[in-house]
Amino acid sequence: MLVTLIRRYARPYLPYIVAVIIFQLASTIAALYLPSLNAQIIDEGVARGDTDYIWRTGGVMLGVAVIQVATAVAGVYFGSKAAMAFGRDLRRGVFRKVTSFSAKDVNVFGAPTLITRGTNDVQQVQMLVLLGLNFMVATPIMCIGGIFMALREDLNLSWLVWVSVPLLVVVVGYLVVRLMPLFRSMQKKIDRLNGILREQIIGIRVVRAFVREPHETQRFGAANQELTDVSLKIGALFVLMFPAIGMILHVSTAAVLWFGGQRVDAGEMQVGSLTAFLQYLLQILIAVMMGTFMAMMIPRASVCADRIGEVLDVEPSIHEPLTPTVPAGRSGRVEFRNVSFAYPGAEAPVLSNISFTAEPGQTVAIIGSTGAGKTSLLALLPRLYDAASGEVLLDGVPVTNLARSDITTRVAMVPQRPYLFSGTIEHNLRFGRPEATDEELWDALTTAQAEDFVREKSQGLGARISQGGTNVSGGQRQRLSIARALVTRPKVFLFDDSFSALDVATDARLRRALKAKTADATVIIVGQRVSTIADADQILVLDKGQIVDRGTHEELLDSSSTYREIVESQLSTEAAA
Amino acid sequence: MSTNEKVQAAPQKASPDTAPQNGLPDTASEDDFYEEEFTPGEADGGMFGAVASKKAQHFWPSAKRLLGLLKPERTGILAVFAMVAVAVVLNVIAPRILGQAMDVIFGGVVGKQLPADGNKEQFVAGLRAQGQNNFADMLDRMNVIPGVGIDFARLAFLISVVLLMYFVANIFLWLQGYVLNVLVMRVVRRLRDDTEKKLNRLPLNYFDTRQRGDTLSRVTNDVDNIQQALQQAFAQLVNSALTVLGIVIMMFIVSWQLALIALVALPLSAVAAAIIGTRSQKLFASQWKNTGDLNGQIEESFSGHDLVRIFGRDADMLARFDERNEALYRASFGAQFVSGMIMPIMQFVSYLSYVGIAVVGGLRVASGGMSLGDATAFIQYSREFTQPLGQMAGMANMLQSGVASAERVFEFLDAEEQDPETATEHLPAKTDGHVEFRHVTFSYTPEKPLIEDLSFTAQPGHTVAIVGPTGAGKTTLVNLVMRFYELQGGSITLDGVDITRLSRAELRSKVGMVLQDAWLFGGTIYENIRYGNLDATEEQLMAAAKATFVDRFVRALPDGYNTVIDEEGNNVSAGEKQLITIARAFVANPSLLILDEATSSVDTRTEVLVQKAMAALRTERTSFVIAHRLSTIRDADTILVMEAGRIVEQGRHAELLELRGAYYRLYMSQFAGEDADQVLTEDATTVHS
Repeated sequence: MLVTLIRRYARPYLPYIVAVIIFQLASTIAALYLPSLNAQIIDEGVARGDTDYIWRTGGVMLGVAVIQVATAVAGVYFGSKAAMAFGRDLRRGVFRKVTSFSAKDVNVFGAPTLITRGTNDVQQVQMLVLLGLNFMVATPIMCIGGIFMALREDLNLSWLVWVSVPLLVVVVGYLVVRLMPLFRSMQKKIDRLNGILREQIIGIRVVRAFVREPHETQRFGAANQELTDVSLKIGALFVLMFPAIGMILHVSTAAVLWFGGQRVDAGEMQVGSLTAFLQYLLQILIAVMMGTFMAMMIPRASVCADRIGEVLDVEPSIHEPLTPTVPAGRSGRVEFRNVSFAYPGAEAPVLSNISFTAEPGQTVAIIGSTGAGKTSLLALLPRLYDAASGEVLLDGVPVTNLARSDITTRVAMVPQRPYLFSGTIEHNLRFGRPEATDEELWDALTTAQAEDFVREKSQGLGARISQGGTNVSGGQRQRLSIARALVTRPKVFLFDDSFSALDVATDARLRRALKAKTADATVIIVGQRVSTIADADQILVLDKGQIVDRGTHEELLDSSSTYREIVESQLSTEAAA
Repeated sequence: MSTNEKVQAAPQKASPDTAPQNGLPDTASEDDFYEEEFTPGEADGGMFGAVASKKAQHFWPSAKRLLGLLKPERTGILAVFAMVAVAVVLNVIAPRILGQAMDVIFGGVVGKQLPADGNKEQFVAGLRAQGQNNFADMLDRMNVIPGVGIDFARLAFLISVVLLMYFVANIFLWLQGYVLNVLVMRVVRRLRDDTEKKLNRLPLNYFDTRQRGDTLSRVTNDVDNIQQALQQAFAQLVNSALTVLGIVIMMFIVSWQLALIALVALPLSAVAAAIIGTRSQKLFASQWKNTGDLNGQIEESFSGHDLVRIFGRDADMLARFDERNEALYRASFGAQFVSGMIMPIMQFVSYLSYVGIAVVGGLRVASGGMSLGDATAFIQYSREFTQPLGQMAGMANMLQSGVASAERVFEFLDAEEQDPETATEHLPAKTDGHVEFRHVTFSYTPEKPLIEDLSFTAQPGHTVAIVGPTGAGKTTLVNLVMRFYELQGGSITLDGVDITRLSRAELRSKVGMVLQDAWLFGGTIYENIRYGNLDATEEQLMAAAKATFVDRFVRALPDGYNTVIDEEGNNVSAGEKQLITIARAFVANPSLLILDEATSSVDTRTEVLVQKAMAALRTERTSFVIAHRLSTIRDADTILVMEAGRIVEQGRHAELLELRGAYYRLYMSQFAGEDADQVLTEDATTVHS
């Protein structure tokens, strides 16, 4: 997958990559040429006392150094450009793909992992590409070029290269292989330790209420000990790395001097060549060392690439109709016809055989215990999911035949978990209809019983909302979420247990105000409190995915035992007890 | 981001030192906190670039205190320094000896070219007579025996010496690394333990008045950062600084002229590094800010995916994404390009001195001013010189960020602690739960008085219900019983003993509390219930689970009691979580029970059943119940109606309704929109049925 991804997303930047290769080739050759020039200074200049030659060659060296730096910088320029553009495009690819997902597709992965894949994983792959372009081209050139140049200086010493290079690879490779799992384990221990602290802080009241401080301290101490143990293990191995590498380099140097010295003595090699060989060998070994380090990144990036690939390969399960039907009217009539629905992988259907009609101006309420399928039912209308069988009709047209825009302009939903985006209150309220005026926003806030607390904020509509809406209370979040739906002026309102965090008085006021605002719209309410739904035109009692009873409050009090149970549980604890 | 999705953070230690500037912070360990509250300002880059952009406010005092942490390990640290010093001295001298080996080879080469019948002095004189003064001078300085080739015995000796020196040096390097790691880990471990213990000593209002994310990041990210700074930067910095110093000294010993050339390169590369470094740091800051922005947007769009679809904002989101993505591209390209230039430019400067040394060294060797071995030694010195310099720059950065973190951790460690225990009395073995508030005054902030002069008594075995609008001080009231906060005036007694005279542990062990937000630990359901009483037997746990209807839904879960509660909590609903917290309090078997909105998320039919169980739990125990649903509290022995920190009404349900006051209004409001009288009659009938 890594290769596929890189091939696909790096293709547009092929010219840059070619430029990187050319410039790095040039800069590496220049770098490799320098020791050779130095050798010439010694052999031709120093040994013969030819000062002119020394000056001349020095000038050439300077020129080569300038070329080296210029080409290296150019290489970095194109390398960074290509790698960053690659990352940008890959990120865009993931984002676009996920945006086209249905709720079902999102659930297959879960939002958190999609976020990781879109951010962290892309970054990892991008980093590999960057380092790859900046080093992985130069490193092999340096290595092969170094070997070539070294052999040119003296072929008979080449065995030193063949011995020292594998030795270095084996030593570094061994340490890295041993270290990698330890690093992973250390990261896990750190996560665990931090997890414990995090729990202690978030659950501090529980910890203190149950006097569990000693227990927590002990738990933390154990985790701390574990982390320390792993860190010590890592340390013991890791500190071997540089002394070992250093030793290999130094022994190689000594070997070059010893064996080279014999060849020089035999008159088969020049002294300058000896020094050049020495430097080339060091260059080769450093290149090998870098290459080994770089290679460590590949497995990790490859895991990330696989995870990204999984996202990119998904075929979104909900498609726009190719030739959408344009509904005749815009009244907001909703009809469910024998609708059944099951979550992917689940055995039992969440909804089976649901049929009902909600006319404009009507309020349909849905009540039932947790897990009865209330939320899933609402999700079918805006096509967060598609029904497995049966039809969901909006203004007489099955939603699967409607253009997305025809649905979104008609239906507004207040989800169970009210989610706000970071930004301002204003920006959140305008989310569904950016062109709404300030008056319309205030009007919606008034209806949603949110006017007071927004007015109290010094910045009013411009007050900051943090991500998810965590800086306002649950009740305020719910009311802002209701206001957001009101601003879009839809024909169908879906309230998914949207009043649960409000105290009873606010709840009552809000419902009264809403009634006026939604007079000619279709309203479908999911609720827990009987008081919230008692005045609905039609109440559907949902149990295990089926409508077990339907009717008005009064009718159901008579006819439905389930409904009566629910009502009684809320009105009189004593009676039930 | 769930933990199992985490990509392991790059083992930073294993990354080559060659790119100290391009460290992507390991987001993996930081993204734990993405759901925590933070101000938008902090969110920008705070999550992703915190470490990179942090600057200490009081650098030196904090640095001093950070070093102070190492104090208990003084002897070890001194030993480490000594070992580093030995290693550096050996490492610095070795190239000189290698240079001598080079001279032996060169001398042998020259010696072989000379006829064997004569001595060196004669040849030198002869050369001078021929006017070849340069060559004569060079020969004069060399250790040459005419006609004799390389002195292999001497060469072998020198090489052995060098190898031995390197060997010893590396052994010392390894030893010091090993010892230092042990010392640092000991220090870090102590620091971690200290922070954790500190957590337990802080008053609750420390956590109330601060962003939770900030505290979390101090005790986790910042401590991690300190560990890294100490483990990597500290040792490296010492090593590099000593190496640079040693090399400079050796350079001057070998040849002061060449040393000057090399030293010209020093400020040159320092200036280059400084210019590029500052510039790239700014660019990196911008890159991290943009990364934070973009990741924030990705998070939002993905988390709010349903909303985006419901409101049809895809195109809008894409446009915003593209804009930010482009901005990130520009910023990161700039950062990578500029920081990527550091290496070539530093290298260029080192090549400059290399060329300078080659030329000047060559001239001096040719003129006999120095030996070839010294020249090659010098080249090696000048090369070894740039590396520790670059390292020092990188390490200084890391150390700086470590000090900034240390400052934040110290701030946390210095925070004011809760009042020390002043326990002088003990509760009787069997408490009966008589609670009395006497003229209690309390507020979280001095400017905003909350509870003033509040008095009431809860009789043993009674249920006290507390009702009132949000912000009336209901939760505060029960928190005071737990002594989560200290009173500003008045007193609270339990069984006649002032609670400040009891140790917190003793007081709290008598109280069972079920809190508003059902908070559970990451762990199995079984472990969470057991948390209430670690000594509880299996039967007691099961009994509690059955009584609180936890058993019913747990049986339906595939893993039963071993189901792990995770952060997402997708497997257990909010109502079920509340039931588990109630079971937890059950197991604790307290004499005083506090239920703060304990069943708000439980569906009403289950609630009735739980109420029954709780009624059983409540007999024999005094309990405080806070609830929105008035049905929950109607049968309380005493109902306290609170408004703005005061008890405005007090009595039984029927009495309070008769008063037609605050309680009546509150009670009626929940049926607003319906005919209030009808509800009342209906209510009355059900009550009497």
